[in-house]
Amino acid sequence: MKGTLNPLLGKKHIMSNQIPKSKAPNLPESLYKLRQRPHSEKVVDTGFKDAVYLMASMVAVFLIAIFVVVFIGSIESMSRYGLKFLTTSNWNPITDEYGAFAAIYGTIITSIFSLAIAVPLGIGTAIFITEDILPRKLREIISVLVELLAAIPSVILGLWAIFVMEPFLRPLFALIHKKLGWIFFFSSEPIGAGIAPAILILSIMILPIITAISRDSLNQVPFRLRQAAYGVGATRSTTIINIILPAAISGITGGILLALGRALGETMAVTMIIGNSNNFSLSLFSPGYTISSMLANQFGEADGNQVSSLMYASFILMIITLTVNLAANWLVKRLSLKY
Amino acid sequence: MTFNNNSRLKYKASLKRNIYNSLFTFISVVFTILSILPLILLLSYVFIKGATQINLSLLSNLPEPPGDDLLNAGGIGNALQGTIIITLIASSIAVPIGVGGGIYLAEYARNGKFASFIRFGTNVLSGVPSIIAGVFIYGIIVSTKIIFNSTYSALAGGISLSILMLPTVIKTTDEGLKLVSDDLRKGALSVGASKFLTITQVTLPAAIKPITTGIILAIARAAGETAPLIFTALFSFYWFEAPTSILEPIASLSVLIYNFALEPYEAQNQLAWAASLILVSIILIMNIITKLWARKS
Amino acid sequence: MSSKFPKKNQNANNRRESKPTCISLQNVTISYKNKTAVRNIYCEIPKEKVTAFIGPSGCGKSTVLRAINRMNDLIEGCTLKGRLVFDGVDIYEKSIDPVEVRRRIGMVFQQPNPFPKSIYENIAFGARINGYTGNMDELVESSLKKAAVWDECKDKLNESGYSLSGGQQQRLCIARTIAIQPEVILMDEPCSALDPISTLKIEETIHELKESFTIIIVTHNMQQAVRVSDMTAFFNAEGSETGGSKVGYLVEFNNTQKIFNSPAQKSTQDYISGKFG
Repeated sequence: MKGTLNPLLGKKHIMSNQIPKSKAPNLPESLYKLRQRPHSEKVVDTGFKDAVYLMASMVAVFLIAIFVVVFIGSIESMSRYGLKFLTTSNWNPITDEYGAFAAIYGTIITSIFSLAIAVPLGIGTAIFITEDILPRKLREIISVLVELLAAIPSVILGLWAIFVMEPFLRPLFALIHKKLGWIFFFSSEPIGAGIAPAILILSIMILPIITAISRDSLNQVPFRLRQAAYGVGATRSTTIINIILPAAISGITGGILLALGRALGETMAVTMIIGNSNNFSLSLFSPGYTISSMLANQFGEADGNQVSSLMYASFILMIITLTVNLAANWLVKRLSLKY
Repeated sequence: MTFNNNSRLKYKASLKRNIYNSLFTFISVVFTILSILPLILLLSYVFIKGATQINLSLLSNLPEPPGDDLLNAGGIGNALQGTIIITLIASSIAVPIGVGGGIYLAEYARNGKFASFIRFGTNVLSGVPSIIAGVFIYGIIVSTKIIFNSTYSALAGGISLSILMLPTVIKTTDEGLKLVSDDLRKGALSVGASKFLTITQVTLPAAIKPITTGIILAIARAAGETAPLIFTALFSFYWFEAPTSILEPIASLSVLIYNFALEPYEAQNQLAWAASLILVSIILIMNIITKLWARKS
Repeated sequence: MSSKFPKKNQNANNRRESKPTCISLQNVTISYKNKTAVRNIYCEIPKEKVTAFIGPSGCGKSTVLRAINRMNDLIEGCTLKGRLVFDGVDIYEKSIDPVEVRRRIGMVFQQPNPFPKSIYENIAFGARINGYTGNMDELVESSLKKAAVWDECKDKLNESGYSLSGGQQQRLCIARTIAIQPEVILMDEPCSALDPISTLKIEETIHELKESFTIIIVTHNMQQAVRVSDMTAFFNAEGSETGGSKVGYLVEFNNTQKIFNSPAQKSTQDYISGKFG
């Protein structure tokens, strides 16, 4: 901090030191030619303020522009298919019929299932990192590892999913299908790319988010609450379940919803492994679609009504993710405990 | 006596609460292993598989179009070049706007209505799925040919990435500046510095570390993004040539991985692994640098 | 032992005390990482009496208190050498369950720290996890009454513990500790965050509690030590020869009357007459 002050204070120091030396009897006024701020300085000052104001406003401009562009793009499809778009799953550029039901269903089902896997794992990991089960050094390494792994691009996760994860898991999927095939979720033969591997790769992707945010929320719980619980003879598990987790619940819920938002919009890894099929099927082993994978797959080669329909699908995706993010904001405020 | 006061102080593993406690610890250990293992497996696979593909010509050659040569898919030279160029374009838009916006929030608006609206907007923007940024740029630039009649281009790709970088840069600037002690501002103002001088010479330098960290992380994230590029920057099998290529489609590592992973040809798949190794290395190095840097203080 | 540490051990004789020893500290040295906080403490704390730990700040009195129910386990790198005997066993032995120790030696902390739960749950939580099988409503009422906070709480048992004032919160924490019926209650400067009226009320509570509990209280307030305690331990700290950080030790342990009227050590005399601290 001192270093940063130097350029300013340093100059003044030199000046005041000079006063007694050379012109002690005179007023030091002559040393300060710039007593009156020049006009240019004022211009710079207000200009700077206006510039950064404009830059801050760019956020709003971008946000509104995104909504407007996507909305305008989808008007044609909206007026043509209306709400039927949400409930049918025809997608045929030749007959010009479009319905995004399969993609919407796929978006929601992959996100919810991946959340169901990632939430317990992520919170469990966060607890492990924040408790003194291992020495602090080791826990910090795990913690940093989790953060680094969050930085891996999703396209690489997709690549890994295609060539390593899915072939490795296919026998397991086949076994599940054989034993539990009567459950509609497992009713089809696993043939490679499909909803199930997409769910798994999505859970791997959102795990670091849930872990990191849960860890931070757990760390923020005041030490005195932990002391209080241990002081009345609680074990570690009781302390965590009854005191620490409830106190951190707002942050953790926020993290979960943030992860949900991420899962809903995640594109690359899912596109590469979900199989990209618009045929609706309840089975997790059959290929499927999500809105974002549909966009990634078709946008480059689409034209006419198809573009508009894809814009319509984008608009739906935006509304869904926006709702989730707003809910996250609201819940965090709502659930935060006073302590 | 309703309490079990006769219990000795010795640890009894058979006690219900101790069983629960051990079970709880066990579960959290298992969960930690389960959540870390796939990612470690993935990283090691990328490194092993990618390392076998690394050779001198990898970075100097152009990729071969799939199917041309079944044994040799060429190199990733133009893709690496393209990733750097697109990221540079994105940064040159997002960094000034983001830092400026962050300065406005932290230094001028503080907690006013406008500031909370922009902060809220930043949160919403960071929650917008990355592919939507691509759809937006496609709708406003690519399909309208608004920029010198060009469609898919390096510029369009860079702009779509900048939208994704912007919220991170604003947030870290805003938060970094908020951490700067108010005494420092008062000190500068009290010696007659203007607000502009106070910010540029005192508060911004004091917050330079968190801001740079945030920028590096935003760049690292942008470098790995694929979704916004596939229908804005598209892909190219040729080198980038300044300045005309800026309005033409451009290759990038991430789109190369995506395209070549889905090709039925083995050679192209292998090249995707090599590109993954390079991309992951760049991103991890940037992340590790920020981590080490943060630790130093 | 006494030949090795003649000065620090003149305290162990409780000849006039009819009550037997409850907790015995035998050559206890506590360190954080490599820094010694307190060294070579010998102390026999009598049963069903109030013992006060006094001394200047940084002398390690709170550290010793927290060691008695293994609260220091929560602080990474905190180690204890020597023996700390309670109920016939060294509670720092490997085979000891610290949770069990804390169930029998309760603690009230410097800052009131109610759980972020209702007032009722604040009491019931500890009792429930300790396996209480009786009538919970009765326990809550009697504990709050014993801690002299029932009148303030009885109409809002379902409200958050944080709706109470600081002094009331602290008495809620005392009630919470009473509810698990420990044998010993440790109090770490329980009044330091409170106003004089709340302090007075808590002191009254302590007077009532000593009928049935052994109480050890850390206080920086000498008048408080005189008012509430039967026995007083005076701790001091001195820098090591190498000029390192200060290390605390027990100077003198005796009847409170004795300590304040005719202390055996000069530093005790200096401290109680306000010359330092």
